[in-house]
Amino acid sequence: MLPFIAKRLVRLVATLLAVSFLTFLLVNLLPGDAINALIPIDAQQDREFVEQVREEWGLNDPMIVRYGRWLGDAVQGNFGDSIVTSRTVSSEITHRLPVTAELMIVTVLFSVMLAIPLGVMAAYREGSRVDQVISGMAQLFLSIPGFVAGLLMIYIFAMKLGWLPATGWNRFSNGLLDNLKTVILPALSLALIEIAVYTRVVRSDVMNTLQENYVLSARAKGLGNRYILFRHCLRPSSLTLITVVGLNIGTLLGGTVVVEFLFAMPGLGKRLLDAIFQRDFMMVQGITVLIATIYVLVNTAVDLIYMVVDPRIRKAD
Amino acid sequence: MAAGTGSRMSFFTRICAGWLIVIVLGAIFADLIPGLKDPNYQGFLFGDGATNERPSWNHLMGTDNNSRDILARIVYGARVSLVVSMTAVVMGSVFGGFFGALVGFVRGKTDATIMAAVDVILAFPGLVLLLTVVTLLGRRDLMVIAAVVGFLSIPPYTRVARATALAVSRREFVMAARAIGTRKRTILFREIIPNCLPTLMAFALVNAAVIILLEGALAFLGLSVEPPTASWGNMVNAARVDLTINVWPAIWPSLALVFTVYSLNNVGDHLRRSKAVRSAAL
Repeated sequence: MLPFIAKRLVRLVATLLAVSFLTFLLVNLLPGDAINALIPIDAQQDREFVEQVREEWGLNDPMIVRYGRWLGDAVQGNFGDSIVTSRTVSSEITHRLPVTAELMIVTVLFSVMLAIPLGVMAAYREGSRVDQVISGMAQLFLSIPGFVAGLLMIYIFAMKLGWLPATGWNRFSNGLLDNLKTVILPALSLALIEIAVYTRVVRSDVMNTLQENYVLSARAKGLGNRYILFRHCLRPSSLTLITVVGLNIGTLLGGTVVVEFLFAMPGLGKRLLDAIFQRDFMMVQGITVLIATIYVLVNTAVDLIYMVVDPRIRKAD
Repeated sequence: MAAGTGSRMSFFTRICAGWLIVIVLGAIFADLIPGLKDPNYQGFLFGDGATNERPSWNHLMGTDNNSRDILARIVYGARVSLVVSMTAVVMGSVFGGFFGALVGFVRGKTDATIMAAVDVILAFPGLVLLLTVVTLLGRRDLMVIAAVVGFLSIPPYTRVARATALAVSRREFVMAARAIGTRKRTILFREIIPNCLPTLMAFALVNAAVIILLEGALAFLGLSVEPPTASWGNMVNAARVDLTINVWPAIWPSLALVFTVYSLNNVGDHLRRSKAVRSAAL
């Protein structure tokens, strides 16, 4: 098993390197010159001065050298400075990451907590009215993008009923209740699609498990339905669920950009969007690499968990 | 569609398929629909109608906050969704399908190289990569958006095609073809690729739904086609400001988007099920 983990880790590092290089390439090859951010355009008459600044910032070096320099700094936690706010990219990230992290954690917890009972119920009563309603609802939720759900919820819960604030964010330090009030609507709008995906996964998984012999023998022993469903059936299905949650992190990260924009939340996604509009390349690069890194790390972790728990995978690989 | 012969479509699935046909025809022949307004005509500038009008006989869905006819904008907005998703499906299944089938069949170094590249691109969350590329490109007409989305659709199709090709390569008829000394290229085009197609087609329908959602999100963020060109996402975004005055300009494009995506998923599920029936019968 150790060689397998080692192989996974090597691949992880290789992927991260490639991802950061691709981002660097994207940000550097495409139109826009970093010199315009350093010296105002009308101050660029003095060719010699411009050339001197270029040399100073290393803008004349070949791209591979610049990438090496950026990477060397990045592994030490230095992602450069934002050319717009002149704060360091890493300080902006540490300031905003908690918002996005909280949003994602609340979303995933909420969806999983709802999807497990729904999925189990639908599987247990396969083909019944209950199953039809749950499966139909899942299919509908799957088709509602975050911005539509979010806007609708703002309209209903903030504008019509006035229960929750429409936009904005209260930090955790401002009190738990105020914090929760601002996270509910964004999390709900992200959760719809997640609930749908997880419910479908749990349903089809439990349906398969219910055919197993050990479930039959548990029935024969006279164990209660609920005990069988949640103890015997759910455990193997939880593996699949973990994988799907991991795979879905990418979609969720994309979703946070939209939802943070809609709810004006000071998270990473909103910052990325602002940086993109302001052509703040260092910021775009830092956040994009970070998001891709989180995604790749989560997926590797899921693979490893999966392998530790299920010995069959180890043999297959 | 030939793949749909496995089982009968339910009444509801027929409605979904019907809606998809209506949307496609409407988008293609938008210019020929009698009575359909000009989607960019701002009536209030000429003393003809007001902004945020309620639905009426003149404007069946009302007008938006620039007093443009919402129905017309939805019909024309469908063009954006369709062009982008069609490009993605075509580019994805042609290039991704070919590469995937090729490397799944020949394996070895080609396989390792192409899949490494695929993994790197898939390591970016889709929307984030799309967002970055589209903005950095700086130009945002329909063709650019469609090309970027299409290019980024190649990796997922490659993965699906490869997995299918791996399975197909182990089937008896491929073994038989090898045994009688058929050339590799012939096996690839005669045996492997045709047998990957049903899976790819089912994936394409679901993927088209995903792409429509992606384009919607991009447009909602103001990063898809430039205004005044209508797209469902940018209509929702524009209506966001005047939600308190009139909610309908936000509701209509949302409904169009949700129902189209729902229909694609529903019909896609149906095809997958009927395909499962077929492959089980083999």
